[in-house]
Amino acid sequence: MQWETVIGLEVHVQLATQSKIFSGSSTAFGAAPNTQANAVDMAMPGTLPVANEQAFHSAILFGLAINADITRTSVFERKNYFYPDLPKGYQTTQLEKPIVGAGTIELIDGDNNIRNVRIHHAHLEEDAGKSLHEDFHGMTGIDLNRAGTPLIEIVTEPDMRSAAEAVACFKKIHAIVTYLGISDGDMSQGSLRCDANVSIRPVGSDTLGTRTETKNLNSFKFIEKAINVEVARQIDLLEDGKAITQETRLYDSEKNETRSMRSKEEANDYRYFPCPDLLPVVIAEETITALQNSMPELPDQKMLRFQNDYGLSAYDAGLLVEDRAVAEFFEAVTQQCQDPKLAANWVMGDLLAYLNKADLSMSQSPVDASALGHLIARIIDQTISGKIAKQVFEVMCGSGGTADEIIEAQGLKQLSDSGAIEALIDQVIANSAPQVEQYRAAEPDKRKKLVGYFVGQVMKMSQGQANPGEVNRILAQKLNAQN
Amino acid sequence: MTKPNTDLHNLTIAELHRGLQQKQFSSHELTEHFLQRITQLDTELNCFISVDAERALLLADEADQRLANGDTADLLGIPIAQKDIFCTRGMRTSCGSKMLDNFVPPYDATVIARMQQAGAVMLGKTNMDEFAMGSSNETSYYGPVKNPWDTNTVPGGSSGGSAAAVAARLAPAATGTDTGGSIRQPAALCGITGLKPTYGRVSRYGMIAFASSLDQGGPMTRSAADAAVLLNTMVGHDPLDSTSAHAVCPDFTKQLPKSIKGLRIGLPKEYFDQRLNTAMADKVHEALQHLTALGAELVDIELPNSALSVPAYYVIAPAEASSNLSRFDGVRYGYRCENPTDLEDMYTRTRSEGFGDEVKRRILVGAYALSAGYYDAYYRKAQQIRRLIKEDFVKAFEKVDVIAGPTSPSPAFALGAKQSDPVEMYLEDIYTIAVNLAGLPGMSIPAGFINKMPVGLQLVGNYFDESTLLNTAHQYQQVTDWHQRSPID
Repeated sequence: MQWETVIGLEVHVQLATQSKIFSGSSTAFGAAPNTQANAVDMAMPGTLPVANEQAFHSAILFGLAINADITRTSVFERKNYFYPDLPKGYQTTQLEKPIVGAGTIELIDGDNNIRNVRIHHAHLEEDAGKSLHEDFHGMTGIDLNRAGTPLIEIVTEPDMRSAAEAVACFKKIHAIVTYLGISDGDMSQGSLRCDANVSIRPVGSDTLGTRTETKNLNSFKFIEKAINVEVARQIDLLEDGKAITQETRLYDSEKNETRSMRSKEEANDYRYFPCPDLLPVVIAEETITALQNSMPELPDQKMLRFQNDYGLSAYDAGLLVEDRAVAEFFEAVTQQCQDPKLAANWVMGDLLAYLNKADLSMSQSPVDASALGHLIARIIDQTISGKIAKQVFEVMCGSGGTADEIIEAQGLKQLSDSGAIEALIDQVIANSAPQVEQYRAAEPDKRKKLVGYFVGQVMKMSQGQANPGEVNRILAQKLNAQN
Repeated sequence: MTKPNTDLHNLTIAELHRGLQQKQFSSHELTEHFLQRITQLDTELNCFISVDAERALLLADEADQRLANGDTADLLGIPIAQKDIFCTRGMRTSCGSKMLDNFVPPYDATVIARMQQAGAVMLGKTNMDEFAMGSSNETSYYGPVKNPWDTNTVPGGSSGGSAAAVAARLAPAATGTDTGGSIRQPAALCGITGLKPTYGRVSRYGMIAFASSLDQGGPMTRSAADAAVLLNTMVGHDPLDSTSAHAVCPDFTKQLPKSIKGLRIGLPKEYFDQRLNTAMADKVHEALQHLTALGAELVDIELPNSALSVPAYYVIAPAEASSNLSRFDGVRYGYRCENPTDLEDMYTRTRSEGFGDEVKRRILVGAYALSAGYYDAYYRKAQQIRRLIKEDFVKAFEKVDVIAGPTSPSPAFALGAKQSDPVEMYLEDIYTIAVNLAGLPGMSIPAGFINKMPVGLQLVGNYFDESTLLNTAHQYQQVTDWHQRSPID
């Protein structure tokens, strides 16, 4: 049977506010355990929450970015359950009146096709602390630094049909929140996490199958792998005539499998009710207008602009805008070298390849946009060839220095003097009698292939510095003229 | 120049203030006097859970220093007893529970901080029903408080320690908290004056939560004039409590001397029906006669949904409590069971051993009311009733300035009398609970005695109109002396 995959996501985004959602503690990552937990975060008796206005502004910005309804009066509720890293015994979250209502995320592919993923709602809530199961001799340590960090949870409708689409949606959310500056988007620190609701059904069916929820996927790669193995597992079950259990599952990235955490029957009754310590939050129209006016350019707008202003393909533009830092870097490089296509190739090619290999983020790039722009400018003004430029780039990444300094110091300047090139060509022709004969005997349309040998010899003699255009022009002249 | 200190405990706050300002006695002497009375009398009454004499005298010395520097703050140097529900930095705050028997907060409740800033001297922490759940003070882990008028009877609850301490002159004044009557009912049973302010008037920060949407701190004093002075210090918006009101805070002593001629007092027919016993009805009518003699008018009103207030309250308050008390899990502070075998065992035994029966009962009721499938029938319904009750009051206050009635159905009952019947105990608050559900200010003032035991008249005011309540009570106390009666010679 042919199966269709149906996926919905719940994405948790840590907001980049200075302080926690209900207390004045810092939200900075990596401090010593419990040094960023005050009496409120520790749920000391009698302490009370005070909502962080910045967190609301962040959530509203996200809502505006996905064309969602902003709830004018939103309500915090308590989700009650016991866990050692949940200090109050309840999580303060939103249920019936979330700050962001229904909206849409557009996925645009390399051919400018648009596919909509509907957003059911997005709500504000607090993160829990962390349980540390190692280093405590069979006991568990509790670190409450993260407790109370503001999150928005974005809940999609089951609108995705493949793991790749789910990843594209997650990437789009990542792009939106980082463009808005409401999250640092750092997945290695858990700033974005995702739960995937996955079910399958026979192709053509319009009823949803039983779903499972796979928890805590924290990288693009794991989302894709986890969904794929979960889909395969479900297909195996159904094809064996077995049933799928509605349950929460955990992805084990080492074994590349999902396994059951708890079934629906074991699920907690969270006893939600409106939090009496927090009044309903009323959002003024002026606040929404001001936030709307402060909205930066979003990835889709930027993608369109890159195509229109720079003549990039939808595919290239799409790749560049995925990461705000990459897009901004590209624009700065373009400004420097005035050639958007070369700039795009260099940023997406050599630069990203280097950064990936060195495990660096864009902001950690050893070559800044201006330096890369200069390097590309040297290709454009024919000081060096594209091939030599790669060599220069490697030096720039390794030991630093500007393109001009490296070209100068290593004598990499391109040979464009036609007299000197001609002399080299004469020498090659003189040393390659059999090849010359073969060339001249060949049909004109086969000659093109044979000319490569001569180009190679000339480049070798010039140590790669001969201007390839000049070499080709003069070679053609000489080989064909003496025919 | 020093008067003999023997009757310092009978002075009003205004008199104590004058005495301190005129250097008739020092705050140190005053504090020592009350500490001495506590030593003498509290072994039997059990009003205090903690008394830190050294700390109190240190605070008194600081106050004396400020007095010497010419500071004239109203509460400066005056000893106050604090209900053990208010967190006090460096001093055990138990909330009447084994769960917090070892809990020493690293912060002060806003009420405590404001009192301290005003120069009040904290004498100690008063006994209370465990987590403020009770109407007799019998649920305290530290044993029941005895009513100083008859030590075989209860003082009321949950602020029974504060009420008994003020009645027995172990402190000139005290703080209490009121979720369903916990200031007013013990005030009535101990023959003192107690005021529950409008919800949001007094910050709840550092006041250990029972039912967040109902809890409110307030003064427990011998007179309305004293209550006004305490209230002045307690009120005001607190950035640490999102539910604290931004309302303007008047000087609550200003309106005290005003005549109440023309004051419209509403009498809800539901409070005077056949369930009110004759002796109590007589006392209330006697009090009302004093008020009409002062020029007040009586107006018959209706609060048609009053009968629903007890059931609605016993859904909402336990629901909030079940969540508020989840933090007592043995993980970070407070009681933890011995040698837990695993997490489940730690939670179960910590909470089984750390909480008393009444607290457990309410957590169970509350968790049930919020659980899937029952939420709409219980919690949501109770909230709808709560709105109706509030609307009843709003409508009534279009016609009247104050609503009057009994505070409790009867005077203090014998220790143990209602312990086996929770519902009977819950009905103690039948006249007070609606006021919390509506968020209105309410007050109980001494209105005489039945069989030598004090009873209270309840006055309910409009939102943020504590001034009218205090004015009415004060004028009444100018023509009566019930509030000056002392249980101990």
